[in-house]
Amino acid sequence: MMLSRVAERIYWSARYLERAENTARLTRVYGNLLLDLPDAAGVSWPRLVEITGDDAAFAASGRQATDRGVLHFLLADPGNPGSVLSSLASARENFRTSRDLIPREAWRTVNELYLYAGEHLRRAVFQRRREEVLGTVMQRCQQVRGLLADSMNHGEAYQFLRIGRGLERTDMTTRIIDVAAASLMTGRKDLDPYRNSLWIAVLKSLSAYQMYRQQVRRRIVDRDVISFLMFDTRFPRAIGYCLGELDHSLRSLPRYEPPLRGVLRLQRIVADLDIAAIDLAGLRAFIDTMQLDLASIHRQISLTWFLPDAPT
Amino acid sequence: MITGGGRARPHAREVTRYLSSLSARQLGRRQEAAERAISEMGVTFTVYSEGQNIDRAWPFDIIPRTVSASEWQRVEHGLQQRLTALNAFVDDVYNDQRIVKDGKVPAELLETSENYLPECVGIRPPHGAWAHICGSDLVRDADGTIYVLEDNLRVPSGVSYMLENRIVTKQVFPELFSRNRILPVDDYPSQLFDTLASLSPRPLDYPVVVVLTPGIYNSAYFEHSYLAQSMGVALVEGGDLTVGDDDCVYMRTIAGLERVDVIYRRVNDTFLDPECFRPDSLLGVPGLMRAWRAGNVGIANAPGAGVADDKLVYAFVPDIIRYYLDEEPVLPNVPTLACVRDDERDRVLADLDNLVVKPVNESGGYGMLIGPMATRKAVAQFRRLIKTNPRNYVAQPVLSLSTAPTLIGGTLSPRHLDLRPFTLHGERQFVTAGGLTRVALVEGSLVVNSSQGGGSKDTWIVQSGDES
Repeated sequence: MMLSRVAERIYWSARYLERAENTARLTRVYGNLLLDLPDAAGVSWPRLVEITGDDAAFAASGRQATDRGVLHFLLADPGNPGSVLSSLASARENFRTSRDLIPREAWRTVNELYLYAGEHLRRAVFQRRREEVLGTVMQRCQQVRGLLADSMNHGEAYQFLRIGRGLERTDMTTRIIDVAAASLMTGRKDLDPYRNSLWIAVLKSLSAYQMYRQQVRRRIVDRDVISFLMFDTRFPRAIGYCLGELDHSLRSLPRYEPPLRGVLRLQRIVADLDIAAIDLAGLRAFIDTMQLDLASIHRQISLTWFLPDAPT
Repeated sequence: MITGGGRARPHAREVTRYLSSLSARQLGRRQEAAERAISEMGVTFTVYSEGQNIDRAWPFDIIPRTVSASEWQRVEHGLQQRLTALNAFVDDVYNDQRIVKDGKVPAELLETSENYLPECVGIRPPHGAWAHICGSDLVRDADGTIYVLEDNLRVPSGVSYMLENRIVTKQVFPELFSRNRILPVDDYPSQLFDTLASLSPRPLDYPVVVVLTPGIYNSAYFEHSYLAQSMGVALVEGGDLTVGDDDCVYMRTIAGLERVDVIYRRVNDTFLDPECFRPDSLLGVPGLMRAWRAGNVGIANAPGAGVADDKLVYAFVPDIIRYYLDEEPVLPNVPTLACVRDDERDRVLADLDNLVVKPVNESGGYGMLIGPMATRKAVAQFRRLIKTNPRNYVAQPVLSLSTAPTLIGGTLSPRHLDLRPFTLHGERQFVTAGGLTRVALVEGSLVVNSSQGGGSKDTWIVQSGDES
């Protein structure tokens, strides 16, 4: 039976890898948004760390609240545990110490990715290089996932990878919706023409634009996009899909009930959400609740599998 | 491999003929292929120095070292004899101490040994075996005699490299394997598993065996992980294990606590159990000694087994063999002077320039003085060390270690080497066919340890045509 310590490392390796990719996605889409929206919209790099709740950590980093300061903090700051670079370093360390279970090619790719990030992420602070560097990081993250999916037994270890990835991804999709909602909450009428660009950017950040268009054959509207990202069960970055995947993976492990209860609860809350009746402030409050639920699912996973002390 | 007259020994003829038919460029290409294979297979060892731990590629020389099967039979017999006697000795030391009462070994030899653990007194492990895995260092002298230089009974390492070296050599010289009868080595992991399984306190078909490692920063972590994988058992750290109120050992798994039957520990004695030994150890498992003493878990090698690989005890091994087995030793010891004896210490101090001085408790070639090559300062320092703490030092003559052809800078040059075979002792005994050959890559050097720039070779036990 799989050791708890090993399960925990595998779980975190997937979370950190997903976090690195998602932070890269968020940065990329926000950069594009900045190019599209007028200055009056009040979107700016310093505003991004406020929305994501990283403002305290950012202030503690002692960096200036300039565009470059924020970008460096998000991408390449080794002192920020949530930066793309730190996430990749943590992913690498967890992969390295789980080498017994991880296919060798996957470990090697993670290692190369980390080396690439250390060398190039600094340059992604500059607009001119950002697309290329972040694009490469995202592509390699996907390569690792592909290698894991195709060359690893889909046994317990793989389920822990899926669970880590699923939780992290759900979390990031909620954050991205939150960023969009917060950006629109200025209430200024003159920004209305830009709403569309914003939601298109949100969809693109999740590689969801094309799939959304296939599914929803209408003009882009806020509520449709939010519904798609919340409820869809076929698009892999939609919350509905992620929760379904968590449900499935949890059930294949021993003693899954406590964490599964958390997932079922979250599924119920999401299903009860009435998009038509909620305003942006309400949506942001709802997302806060979801994030608390996600944290509690993590706690249950940790108590059930990573710290099992009670004899069976 | 080559006789003094420059002619190949019979069993090595075929290999020698083939190797000399290859050009320097061809040899170079084979060496490159080997290095590529090693880096791709991720065969590494970890070096402590340089401020951090660094994984280095395993240094490997493609030219195999050959030993004839008929000679090996004798070595194998000698190793089995030696380990049988050493285990009888350890069992006796922790129980009746007959050998001391009979005056064959002085009592203070045990009492002053750092590796003697009072916590082990009165224990009778299964099969009378304490050292289940022994790595013996053998050297061949100029006259061809094979000596035992050291018995490593605590946590000997190197066997994974023996296995990997064979895999690489098969890729580099496949044609030689089809033309020669070379004894295989790859059954070691299953032999090891059987040995460990025979220590299980529960009569099960599939006892739960684990490998206990100090963790990823240990220099032999590669080997720990390799052996766990090839035996198909869990690789655990101290924190993964816990001892219950029932004095049984459990590991923390995702399904809860699972009982562990046998621990192949690669953690040193004093780190095993903070309740018993070093209270600051985070590598061990609190209560492990309690569980072992209660007979609820097998530990290999058993705690306290190191009492027999003290380099001072080494000097007594021929007597130990005669005492317990009533046989003459098959493999001789290197003549050893124990500085704890006044007359022998005087001889050592008078002849420091010509002797090898070893601290009794170090391994890995650390803390040694090689008299003929040492600076005056080093010799003076050892003179002081020996006078201050004579119990801690033994001295041996410098052996003119045998050499074997080694690929250096594109050409074959002779380099000194030793050999570490591994002997298993549980319900039954087993000796690897060959072992890990370590080679000093610097011309004239006698230091073969990989941590100090040594390399390694595959070792071939070759059956000649007329043997079967």
